[in-house]
Amino acid sequence: MSNDVRPLSLNVPEPGCRPGDTPDFSDFEIPRAGAVGRPPIDVDPDEIRDMAFSIVRVLNKEGEAVGEWAGALSVDELHEGLRHMLILRAFDARMLTAQRQGKTSFYMQHLGEEAVSCAFSRAMQPGDMNFPTYRQAGLLIARDYPMVTMMNQIFSNAEDPLHGRQLPIMYSSKEHGFFSISGNLGTQFVQSVGWAMASAISGDTRIAAGWIGDGSTAESDFHAAMVFASTYKAPVVLNIVNNQWAISTFQGIARGGVGTFAARGHGFGIASVRVDGNDYLAVHAVAKWACERARRGHGPTLIEHVTYRAGGHSTSDDPSAYRSRREAAAWPLGDPIERLKQHLITIGAWSDERHAQAEAEVMDEVITAQKTAEAVGTLASGKQPSPRDMFEGVYETMPPHLIRQRQEAGF
Amino acid sequence: MIEAVREAHDVAMEADERVVVFGEDVGYFGGVFRCTAGLQAKYGSSRCFDAPINEAGIVGSAIGMAAYGLKPVIEIQFADYVYPAFDQIVSEAARLRHRSNGDFTCPIVIRMPTGGGIFGGQTHSQSPEGLFTHVSGLKVAMPSNPRDAKGLLLAAIADPDPVIFLEPKRLYNGPFDGHHDKPLVSWKDHPLGDVPDGDEVVSLGKAAIRREGSDVTVLAYGTMVYVAQAAAEESGVDAEVIDLRTLIPLDLDAITGSVRKTGRCVIVHEATRTSGFGAELMSLVQESCFYHLEAPMIRVTGWDTPYPHAQEWEYFPGPTRVAEALKKVMED
Repeated sequence: MSNDVRPLSLNVPEPGCRPGDTPDFSDFEIPRAGAVGRPPIDVDPDEIRDMAFSIVRVLNKEGEAVGEWAGALSVDELHEGLRHMLILRAFDARMLTAQRQGKTSFYMQHLGEEAVSCAFSRAMQPGDMNFPTYRQAGLLIARDYPMVTMMNQIFSNAEDPLHGRQLPIMYSSKEHGFFSISGNLGTQFVQSVGWAMASAISGDTRIAAGWIGDGSTAESDFHAAMVFASTYKAPVVLNIVNNQWAISTFQGIARGGVGTFAARGHGFGIASVRVDGNDYLAVHAVAKWACERARRGHGPTLIEHVTYRAGGHSTSDDPSAYRSRREAAAWPLGDPIERLKQHLITIGAWSDERHAQAEAEVMDEVITAQKTAEAVGTLASGKQPSPRDMFEGVYETMPPHLIRQRQEAGF
Repeated sequence: MIEAVREAHDVAMEADERVVVFGEDVGYFGGVFRCTAGLQAKYGSSRCFDAPINEAGIVGSAIGMAAYGLKPVIEIQFADYVYPAFDQIVSEAARLRHRSNGDFTCPIVIRMPTGGGIFGGQTHSQSPEGLFTHVSGLKVAMPSNPRDAKGLLLAAIADPDPVIFLEPKRLYNGPFDGHHDKPLVSWKDHPLGDVPDGDEVVSLGKAAIRREGSDVTVLAYGTMVYVAQAAAEESGVDAEVIDLRTLIPLDLDAITGSVRKTGRCVIVHEATRTSGFGAELMSLVQESCFYHLEAPMIRVTGWDTPYPHAQEWEYFPGPTRVAEALKKVMED
């Protein structure tokens, strides 16, 4: 070997900012609102490759909706969207506290990411199916799934539709287009493609949406989903929620040093778009475009929602151990609720007073629901599911060995 | 047996348009073992098609299809290739009904050629049934003959829950008693090679007595059913050979009924020994038949090594080893 060969060293990417550092997002390129055009829904993915490196944004700094993606929602719809996000934030706040009070074991909040699921939900139609992760409860709230039922699940009480079998927030509602949450990461991404393939096999017009986090795009299931979606041109919208952090691991570990998560779609010939995940109007507009594209047989779309996880990963996580406490405030895409509020004020359809009043009303609603759920029971007290129930539903018909074990357990 | 498996697909696809079939090479070509031959031509490429080489994708997409309302019957080309799909099977398919309280279910059949005896080496010979029987929410079947292959597969497709369907590949072309140096025997001349037309099912959870006997009960499934019968003839021990047919659900009544009669039990499987399904069978027999046992039970299994290539017949639990166990259990 020649003398000019040096020992190799391993590249381990590091985030720009750790505890104690000053957050710096100056490398994060943010195009101005309205800068990215809206292609026709049947566009060839090859013609929009640049969209995987830009960001679709509708709301500008002044709170105006600008560009070709604007104008899809009425004022009433925007009011409703704001309300959904306020509900989700209030719901999260109450449930975080309930967890601290010992009423449940675990909770995961959406702080800063409310627009992604709330706005996306509006683009889906009844009968369509989401395959969510644990941070898309806005899909249920925006479809008026009862908050009391969500809380019953979180408290694992006697009215929990899942009979206490699942970790809190792992909801399931076929009726509301919300597939059962697994908790294992990435698995549901390829399942959403399978569901969409089934719709195509059956000559249906319904579509599916898959969800995955930035960290879990490193899972093999992500690759499987992309191959299957590409090969069978499945009517599916594949969503990556890039909230910058996978527990303590910054997104650069899953993404590598170059490119974007959206650009992963290029190798598969899948239309790939990045969107400002803190812009309710942009998320909705891009979701609507992708859903329409899928429903009309033009194939899958990969959407990277660029957002920021302003809270901890879960109630078991303390983000101050691995990132700056000031990073959330420095996040350049702002807060989704504040931005929609500002937009409504700018167009003369909202005010600080009305906002404060709406916040109070929403909190009352959440508290009322919580009282109803707690009156049934929590993980700590009240009416809980029967122990007998853990033996039910493993199979449609209980096989002899489970009957024997249930008897042995004394239920 | 290949034709029986193919027929079961055909019958199920004809009867129910929700049945879809896919996997690696199963479409146009009809599978590397030909178990899906002709199905694409008959039912079209949206109901029988080739899949990318991605087992997690095959099982994962099948779960999504099942959640939609279809009944996917998928092929993993060799059981040895199933491991990339393990998360989808164990964490997803097996638990979907339970975790969603029946809101979503997963009626899929995952077929896979299994076992050795074909000089497949360590990546084309494994018997992973014990990995699946350990998982709550799965059913596990392994037919030993064409008649059962068709009937059990039809039952599996009709079943509302996920079924792991293990097809002993050494039995595809004829019964095999472990005497690898003897001429091949065809299913043509075997009574269980005569497969009825139509949609007759063999219920999951019902064992079959393949050889009646009074001295010792042999619990076996798949290829080992024939090895055990040959060992009984060659050892002169009057063994009762039970073909379990399905491991989950298990026909415990058939097992205990026989062991209480014979008072002795030998358990035979091709899979590795430690934590194998034989350990479960031994525990169950001990728990339910202890006072009827006249001798310690014996397991005859594959060794706890990777399945070797050149040493195939030293690894394979053949009739000589089983016959020795039969004689020993009679002496104890």
